[in-house]
Amino acid sequence: MNLHEYQGKSILKSYGVAVQEGIVVDKVEDAVAAAKKLSEETGTSWFVVKAQIHAGGRGKGTVEETGSHGVVIAKGLDQVEEKVAGILGGHLTTLQTNGKGKKVNQVLIAQDVYYPGESEPQEFYMSVLLDREKGRNVIIYSTEGGMDIEHVAEHTPEKLHKEFVDPRVGLQGFQVRKIAFNLGLSGEAFKQMCKFVPCLYNAYEGIDASMFEINPLFKTSDNKIIAVDAKVTMDGNGLFRHPEYAAMRDKTEEDPTEVEADEAGLNFVKLDGNVGCMVNGAGLAMATMDIIKLSGGNPANFLDVGGTANAERVEKAFHIILKDPNVKAILINIFGGIVRCDRVAQGIVDAYKNIGEIPVPIIVRLQGTNAVEAKRLIDESGLNVHSAVQLQEAADLVKEVLA
Amino acid sequence: MSVLVNKNSRVIVQGFTGSEGTFHASQMIEYGTNVVGGVTPGKGGNTHLDRPVFNTVADAVSSTQADTSIIFVPPAFAADAIMEAAEAGIKVIVCITEGIPVNDMIKAKEYIKGFETRLIGPNCPGVITAGEAKVGIMPGFVFKQGKIGIVSKSGTLTYEAADQVAKAGMGITTAIGIGGDPIIGTTTREAVELLMNDPETEGIVMIGEIGGNLEAIAAKWIKENGTKPVVGFIAGETAPKGRTMGHAGAIVGGTDDTAEAKKRIMRECGIHVVDSPAQIGAKMAEVMANK
Repeated sequence: MNLHEYQGKSILKSYGVAVQEGIVVDKVEDAVAAAKKLSEETGTSWFVVKAQIHAGGRGKGTVEETGSHGVVIAKGLDQVEEKVAGILGGHLTTLQTNGKGKKVNQVLIAQDVYYPGESEPQEFYMSVLLDREKGRNVIIYSTEGGMDIEHVAEHTPEKLHKEFVDPRVGLQGFQVRKIAFNLGLSGEAFKQMCKFVPCLYNAYEGIDASMFEINPLFKTSDNKIIAVDAKVTMDGNGLFRHPEYAAMRDKTEEDPTEVEADEAGLNFVKLDGNVGCMVNGAGLAMATMDIIKLSGGNPANFLDVGGTANAERVEKAFHIILKDPNVKAILINIFGGIVRCDRVAQGIVDAYKNIGEIPVPIIVRLQGTNAVEAKRLIDESGLNVHSAVQLQEAADLVKEVLA
Repeated sequence: MSVLVNKNSRVIVQGFTGSEGTFHASQMIEYGTNVVGGVTPGKGGNTHLDRPVFNTVADAVSSTQADTSIIFVPPAFAADAIMEAAEAGIKVIVCITEGIPVNDMIKAKEYIKGFETRLIGPNCPGVITAGEAKVGIMPGFVFKQGKIGIVSKSGTLTYEAADQVAKAGMGITTAIGIGGDPIIGTTTREAVELLMNDPETEGIVMIGEIGGNLEAIAAKWIKENGTKPVVGFIAGETAPKGRTMGHAGAIVGGTDDTAEAKKRIMRECGIHVVDSPAQIGAKMAEVMANK
């Protein structure tokens, strides 16, 4: 689950991290009042208007309807309304939105932190995430902030530093100092960074995040260290401990069919192919998608129906797959172990009858306990369903119906 | 011989009296696994499935000399259950539980390093030594006794592979489901190494999926140390970048986590890689015939 920038910043603040302050609005009419309030609280006279969507590259992205970028500066209160109107309600396309614009339902009106002062402001990069190979959390940081970190990793890997956290003792003071020194800081900015890093790490662990990225992490001209952006991904397995953060989920950012599937307890990911599939188990589901590709089709989805493939779940899964007009065939692949194949077959037949006519051919492959009885049940149902026992047979049937 | 579990394994079930624990413990007993008792805090002293229930793993170990544990405890308490088992002297811990927070697993994995124990999983189907012991949730009948070992991240895909191997006329020694989470106790490389050292295992099926680099590490180990043929498959060729496919660990982040990259490395290391999951059994038969 991803959070918006403003949500991530509110969490950071609650852990004592300094952030670029801002107020989120969802109506153009509220923009000026919010900006005035922010001005009173922070003294800022310029405002940064930032689209709140779950995708990076907002600053360089473009709003389809208006041509505005996803992050713009209002140089005074009089420009706020116009700038907000250019973003709010529009569809923002960035390098990370996969070619489709994402509707902007909220914008963050934030203080301008790039004011001139006694020293040069600087942009850094910092993130906390899991290093799977080491089985430890790692703080990744760089002096090259404000840009695409993958670019830095590829072209100047020596500028990317890592600090691993020992789970037995947690983040230590010497590690924090090393980070601040490696970022070239001294004096007040050094002290501020030594305060910032542990707070960020505590936030990451405290909320069960799986990634907490600050880019840019900013040193102001008066040597404050603040988070100008916050990109947070929550560990879905940890959400049960944090109902307050689970409530921050913005379902409008997700595919509506995926939300529906999720509510029905189905593990579903929408893809853009032409063959739908319904499988028990995540690994077998991915393998089934691969089979579809090898048979000349493209998977329209990933769908793990789980261990109890009964009529109700199968029916729900059919409905979800059939919402996609691109689906030309459906492959059901169930390896019945504990669950008997003939029960699953009966479930498929019942679900089919409940729905009525299904406009695309269905290939059912049932293997495992009572697979032969299951095949007979399907074959004798009189429905437009092809049955198979071996995986290769199912693959051949997919090829046949697509031809 | 076999690896990890056999007919002499003395198995306890953590989360014994819950619905999952009860169902799968019954299935394991039916298979012939030597289940000597179970643990449910607060229910110690009772009898369940004709076996004693204990309050703690330590009590269970001292009364039954259990050396193996299978965990069906809910996600919020599962990491704790793993640590309890290790501390009580259990040698093989199989954690079935799906949905354990990553931060809990980081701590549990670090904690158990101090003990002589091996963790399998979490979020896995368990381990089965055909004809001897099933310490897991897999359908036992699929795993016909034979000479092929299986290492896999996923459940039903393991059953699929075992079924194909059996139908191709071979059968299984031990199948190890290592789990699909980002943090797991036993890696692909470690599981492969166990099977390489097992005299009864003559060939190995290694099934992976997108995400992480466990298969690449195992492949490089096999290139240096392998003594038996390995057939490999990686699921998720068609999975898009940045989306988690069911398993928390199945997500393509960098270019090295893709199915294509993994398969390339495996081929370079001499593994017989199949592109179609329908060809695992046939490929194994072909490789064994040409051995």
